[in-house]
Amino acid sequence: MTPSDLLPLLVALPLVGAVAPFVLGATRRGRVVTAGILTAQVALALAVTVVVATSGPVWTVVGGLPAAVGIALVVDPVSSVFVVLVAVASWLLYVTVRTDATGPTDSLWLLFTAGLTGMTVTADVFNLYVFLEISGLAAYALVASRRGTRAALAALHYLLVGTVGATLYLLGVGYLYVATGTLAMADLRTALPAVGYDSPLVVAAFVLIAVGLGVKLALFPLHAWKPDAYAASALDVSALLATLGSTVPGYALVRLVFDVFTGSFLAAVPLAEVGLLAAGLVSVAAGGYLTFRQTDVRRFLAYSSILQFGLVVVGVALATPAAVTAALVLLVANAVAKGGLYVAVGLFDREFGATTVADYARLARDAPVVAVGVACAFASLVGLPPTVGFAGKWYLALAAVETRAWLVAGVVLLSTLVSLAYAGRVVERLFLAPEPVAVGSAPVVTDGGEAASEAKPASGTAVSPAFRRRATGVVVVSAVALVGLGLGSTALAEWVAPVVEGWL
Amino acid sequence: MTVTSALSQSGAYVVYALLVGVGLFVLVDEDDLVKKVVGLNLFQTGVFLFFITAAFRTGGRAPLVSAAGPYVNPLPHVLILTAIVVGVSVTAVALALVVRLSDAHGTFSEREIRAKREGPTVPEEPQP
Repeated sequence: MTPSDLLPLLVALPLVGAVAPFVLGATRRGRVVTAGILTAQVALALAVTVVVATSGPVWTVVGGLPAAVGIALVVDPVSSVFVVLVAVASWLLYVTVRTDATGPTDSLWLLFTAGLTGMTVTADVFNLYVFLEISGLAAYALVASRRGTRAALAALHYLLVGTVGATLYLLGVGYLYVATGTLAMADLRTALPAVGYDSPLVVAAFVLIAVGLGVKLALFPLHAWKPDAYAASALDVSALLATLGSTVPGYALVRLVFDVFTGSFLAAVPLAEVGLLAAGLVSVAAGGYLTFRQTDVRRFLAYSSILQFGLVVVGVALATPAAVTAALVLLVANAVAKGGLYVAVGLFDREFGATTVADYARLARDAPVVAVGVACAFASLVGLPPTVGFAGKWYLALAAVETRAWLVAGVVLLSTLVSLAYAGRVVERLFLAPEPVAVGSAPVVTDGGEAASEAKPASGTAVSPAFRRRATGVVVVSAVALVGLGLGSTALAEWVAPVVEGWL
Repeated sequence: MTVTSALSQSGAYVVYALLVGVGLFVLVDEDDLVKKVVGLNLFQTGVFLFFITAAFRTGGRAPLVSAAGPYVNPLPHVLILTAIVVGVSVTAVALALVVRLSDAHGTFSEREIRAKREGPTVPEEPQP
């Protein structure tokens, strides 16, 4: 068996394994098998990364077909980061905080993992669409798997918006195919200059693909599904979605812009670059404002993702090696921080019935370790050293100054101040609030969506000590990872550098 | 390319644009959740039609294996088969959710469902 045989396994293992929990049902055996499959997935992801580190990118075409007609799979340093992120996050959240699972929804968990892994390893734009929809369908069903119709309505909303996004992406792929006659990323890269970057077909394809992925990223005017979906789903599902749901489409955007359209396209069509930049800046501004006026913590965190993904898109639009590195680092930073935060929020919700910022008063007294973890995660979202969020913003600011994009530099600085203001509000409540306020007293501000009002558990719902230990462990792991990645951010930047510099 | 076939192909593009437009309009404007799902279906079908039209070739035959050409391009047909499967799955999940909502609230209207859920409206002012 050669290293390139591992690539199809990365997708096939969770995809085929998804049958197991369905057949075994909600039994102990079903859970053990699912955990086993996810553990094997982590081992596979690490093995592939080791191969990439020692002997360069791994490449294969499924079924041994010629590359022009087959479906190619590639793992290079950039995609290996996301392969490992998907595998580890999915495994960690499953073995720690997944509690109220039944057999069929464990299948969805595996399908979600398979779809996202497929998106990271594929080198074919149509194949990317199929994996986008596999992960999307699993995500809609996971959101709906919580009891009650609030989750069902949020899932339906998510489904309608998400499918429009994916279909717009498919339309963009159709335009690319009409223009070039190929779907493989490597062939598209060479065929597009021959067609002409300013050909209406190519520009239309770019716009459709960017808007389609923008829906999945929840960039500003396309964001409305996100707060509802994150606030209405079960705590383990919202943690999984917040960690991976938009991160991998973000990676796909980076991959498509630089590996398919390339930096020369952005240079040849200034309007595309300006459009991306405007979308990113508007998302940063709107995300900051919406976060700031939010009181429900889960919706609050969802809005802060809109700001974070805005910064990622700004990095893509600047299109210098530092900016693209910043975009990738920010994607990882947001994923790790949001994963830890949603686990912490879920724990506070179940243990203390705390759902709004006001409810968080002095929770640090009762759960000091989790509170410190939350503070670390917020420090990373704000961009304080030595966390990885600081590294991402540092590279972005550096790129903005290098390209003399003063407006961008200003917005990055401003976003830090706004983040500091809203993160400070929560951290201040946790540690320094003068006196506890009655739980559930503050009304919830919504953005045209639905207020969280359903089945709020009485304060102090029984949480098993084992669950509390495991959830606390995840928050600690996320905090340690944020600081560790921050200290090792130079290594992370050097790891992706060969690919990023090859793109630009 | 003869005039008629050119017209029929551009006619197909017009239908594609209409389907996409009408589908999106129904999706956004309609209050009935089942009709919303139908709008989503129309939108997707429009995109499928775009792929099929792009594969069209004047005088081309069905892409089956035989010695005599010319054929229409088989690849978009294969892609669209996959996309149709995806579309059917999305529709199934969407309708399952609509059934759950209508079982609980006795209506397909999104406005009524939201009204029943929320009760008195939530203040839109930011909290101090």
